[in-house]
Amino acid sequence: MSAINSGEIDLAVVGAGPAGLAAATTAAELGLAVSVFDENATPGGQIYRGIEAVAAKRGADFAVLGDAYRAGESIVRDFRASKAAYAPNTGVWLVQKDRQLGIVRDGKAGMVAARRVLIATGAQERPVPIPGWTLPGVMLAGAAQGLLKSAGMVPAGPVVLAGNGPLLYQLAAQLVAAGVKIAALLETRSERAAALPHLPAALMAGNYLAKGLGLIAAVKRAGVPIRRGVTELRALGCERLEAVEVAAGGRTERIDAALLCLHQGVVANVQLSLAIPLKHEWSAAQRCWRPVVDQWGNSDVEGIAVAGDCAGIGGAEAAAHAGRIAAFEAARALGRIDAAARDTHAASDLAAWRRHLRARPFLDALYPPAQGLVVPADDVPVCRCEEVTAGQVRDAVRQGGTGPNQVKSFTRSGMGPCQGRMCALTVSEVIADALGKPVAEIGTYRIRPPIKPLTVGELAALE
Amino acid sequence: MTIPRDFDAVVIGGGLHGCSAAYHMAHAGLKPVVLEKNVVARHASSASAGGVRRLGRDPAEIPLAMASIELWHSMRDMLGDDAEFRATGQVRVAENDQDMAKLAERAASVRALGYDHEVVLDRKQLRRLVPAVSEHCVGGLYTARDGYAFPYKATAAFRLKAEALGAVVEEGTGVTGVEREAGRFVVATNRGAFRAPVLVNAAGAWGAEIARMLGDEVPLEPVALMMMVSARMPHFLDPTVGCAGRPLSFKQMRSGTVVIGGGYRGRVAADGELTELEFRRLALSARTAADIFPIMRDATLVRCWAGIEGFTPDDLPIIGPSKAAPGALHSFGFCGHGFQLGPIVGSITAQLVTQGRTNLPIEAFRVDRFAGQAAV
Ligand SMILES: Cc1cc2nc3c(=O)[nH]c(=O)nc-3n(C[C@H](O)[C@H](O)[C@H](O)COP(=O)(O)OP(=O)(O)OC[C@H]3O[C@@H](n4cnc5c(N)ncnc54)[C@H](O)[C@@H]3O)c2cc1C
Ligand SMILES: Cc1cc2nc3c(=O)[nH]c(=O)nc-3n(C[C@H](O)[C@H](O)[C@H](O)COP(=O)(O)OP(=O)(O)OC[C@H]3O[C@@H](n4cnc5c(N)ncnc54)[C@H](O)[C@@H]3O)c2cc1C
Repeated sequence: MSAINSGEIDLAVVGAGPAGLAAATTAAELGLAVSVFDENATPGGQIYRGIEAVAAKRGADFAVLGDAYRAGESIVRDFRASKAAYAPNTGVWLVQKDRQLGIVRDGKAGMVAARRVLIATGAQERPVPIPGWTLPGVMLAGAAQGLLKSAGMVPAGPVVLAGNGPLLYQLAAQLVAAGVKIAALLETRSERAAALPHLPAALMAGNYLAKGLGLIAAVKRAGVPIRRGVTELRALGCERLEAVEVAAGGRTERIDAALLCLHQGVVANVQLSLAIPLKHEWSAAQRCWRPVVDQWGNSDVEGIAVAGDCAGIGGAEAAAHAGRIAAFEAARALGRIDAAARDTHAASDLAAWRRHLRARPFLDALYPPAQGLVVPADDVPVCRCEEVTAGQVRDAVRQGGTGPNQVKSFTRSGMGPCQGRMCALTVSEVIADALGKPVAEIGTYRIRPPIKPLTVGELAALE
Repeated sequence: MTIPRDFDAVVIGGGLHGCSAAYHMAHAGLKPVVLEKNVVARHASSASAGGVRRLGRDPAEIPLAMASIELWHSMRDMLGDDAEFRATGQVRVAENDQDMAKLAERAASVRALGYDHEVVLDRKQLRRLVPAVSEHCVGGLYTARDGYAFPYKATAAFRLKAEALGAVVEEGTGVTGVEREAGRFVVATNRGAFRAPVLVNAAGAWGAEIARMLGDEVPLEPVALMMMVSARMPHFLDPTVGCAGRPLSFKQMRSGTVVIGGGYRGRVAADGELTELEFRRLALSARTAADIFPIMRDATLVRCWAGIEGFTPDDLPIIGPSKAAPGALHSFGFCGHGFQLGPIVGSITAQLVTQGRTNLPIEAFRVDRFAGQAAV
């Protein structure tokens, strides 16, 4: 496997998760010159991170990380066996409309051109701005899970999990299986009534519910104390986290904690697609932005497609199908197969993809992010990099700021190294709330490259 | 809700120059309306590097820049907000003896005009002011009371004060045509017409379009100027730094971030509103920055952007009365150096409106100076 195709690249894939890997394997089988770029050292993406190493060891870890993890093994194996080129440890900091990619590897920036681009950059966790969330010892659940997967890190001291969504239960189950004692699982509201109408579709969609129920059962069996209907959360501590204050059912209690893992679901990672910029829309159901694409993943920019969770959360299995669908379309667009052949090839993936997506409305409705966390109180920091509070955002609105870009100019929110990844959604929600307008009308930050860290020296070395 | 339609002046463009003109007119007792097609400071006036620089100005601009610097220094009294103006000085660095000779010559020519704000620095003096400068730099040129401010905040400060004095700002209001009717301008927009006896064209890179509606032809090229900013660095620099031999504008903000520009051009997208970056050119900018400040080599870039500015063939702005439409005034096309001039040009415009004259020389900026030249 070479790092980057030496000749012309037919399809450049950004992201080596299930979507990107499945797309690359399929496109390579169809004879396309494919190059995959990913910032990590090994293929797998978010969910199958480090899977080759884990699979090689087998053993206890594999059981800890669960069945879902195992499905990734064959995706990665097929990719390794394919003719696709693979550039690990390579950040893509730019995609231009003319399909030139800016990459950075080995301390040097470079530009590569491709005839088509597939963006498969996955999901990111929704930020959970509660009082004290910037204290050391408070993490998003996915970040904690990442450490568990890649470093085999097991936390010392009492662990509290808070929020809602399947990943929270999954992390709980993984921690339980790894022998970690969980002091409490604090569940913010889940909306059984609102979700119910979507249940039949979800039941048809596959084993999601069984999987979910299995996780919850495992957590309960382990005797993890669970508080439901949590209305308020506060991380307490001076230098670092010492305790979690939680209000539920009119009662407030204090739970000692060394690690607080927060989770409010995942949202599409649109940093790259916004920077191009592709056309985006607000998903009211998932309360996040997503690029506007057709069923083949085609965006509004010719030759640039999007697949997997970065096009809207669908889960790992849906991502793999979406990747293959996009690969068939790439082969058609580049004249390798005709439309009829594409339709035939893609039929089973399209059907499976749609089936997986049917579970989403149920999950989206069951686990909406809690309003108080989406639109936090004045004293809560929303932008961590520049230490801007929700109150400062509201002040900027009072001074005439009508959108995130003006608020950014007023407050510096979103100007730090994370480029707004951690505050964009909150800032838009707070502005929308303050002006009494829908978020869709408020918009989001204009994102500018480089969307991955690039040093002055690396850029200076660009030829 | 009905919106007022009749004003003392219609200002087209809610950038620094439009907001400054609105403030100065409101201060003089007039009631202007600012029409902005996007939102206030959407374009050059928020993308700007924010350099408050007299250093190296075209001789024609020096009198205006000298008057404007006084307004920058009294901004808090004037507007109740100083837009975070910091008078940390501006330095232009020479990397070799030839460039140093050019700078010395420049200083002499400015002195010959009767100004003494540009001062030559030798090797040692340069290092005293700019300790982090690379070993190879031989000297520089320095202006002490110059500095930088936050472009967006400067524009917002003029806007808010203007509003406090009775001016009205209409965002999302794009001008599509201008007519005259009974001694008044009738300015058509996507939100209906606005009327006033006075019209100020402060439409930035789009100024030539408004000028054409008035009957004035100006060759103006919209250009996307590129910038980049780093993550916070430990404090290493006070003055804003330029370079004699290569394009550079370089400053460390109080927060520690470093803002790098200098005039490298990106592209204006087809819609005329968005910009595309040209990274191979930004790489040159990165090289210059790292050459002059070796500490920058490992600095992480967090964002690059570009802002659209109007350029004229002689690199000077259009300021003053319309030729074809009496009662209309121009203030646009600042060629990448209109930030420092914002406070004073608004005042000039207000003077022209209220007194029909100004005591600053603006002849070099007249709208018809390109007459006969082919439009770009
Ligand atoms: C923190 C987190 C934890 C999750 N845990 C689980 C779980 O335990 N179980 C589960 O079922 N689902 C989980 N999910 C959801 C799951 O990750 C997705 O459904 C699935 O991985 C989507 O696959 P994908 O191919 O779309 O993207 P991903 O698997 O996320 O792959 C995207 C890849 O692109 C890379 N990338 C992104 N941007 C760039 C760039 N600019 N340059 C270079 N590389 C880039 C990323 O590093 C990543 O390797 C999790 C999601 C998150 C955010
Ligand atoms: C990247 C960059 C760096 C710079 N650095 C410096 C510096 O360091 N020092 C310095 O002195 N100068 C600098 N400048 C220049 C300075 O910022 C500009 O000269 C100044 O901001 C111009 O202000 P303006 O009001 O003329 O234009 P703008 O801020 O562009 O405002 C014009 C406004 O008019 C609006 N408009 C246009 N057409 C219409 C219409 N038909 N109807 C309604 N509204 C309309 C536009 O939407 C726009 O908001 C820089 C400029 C850029 C782009």
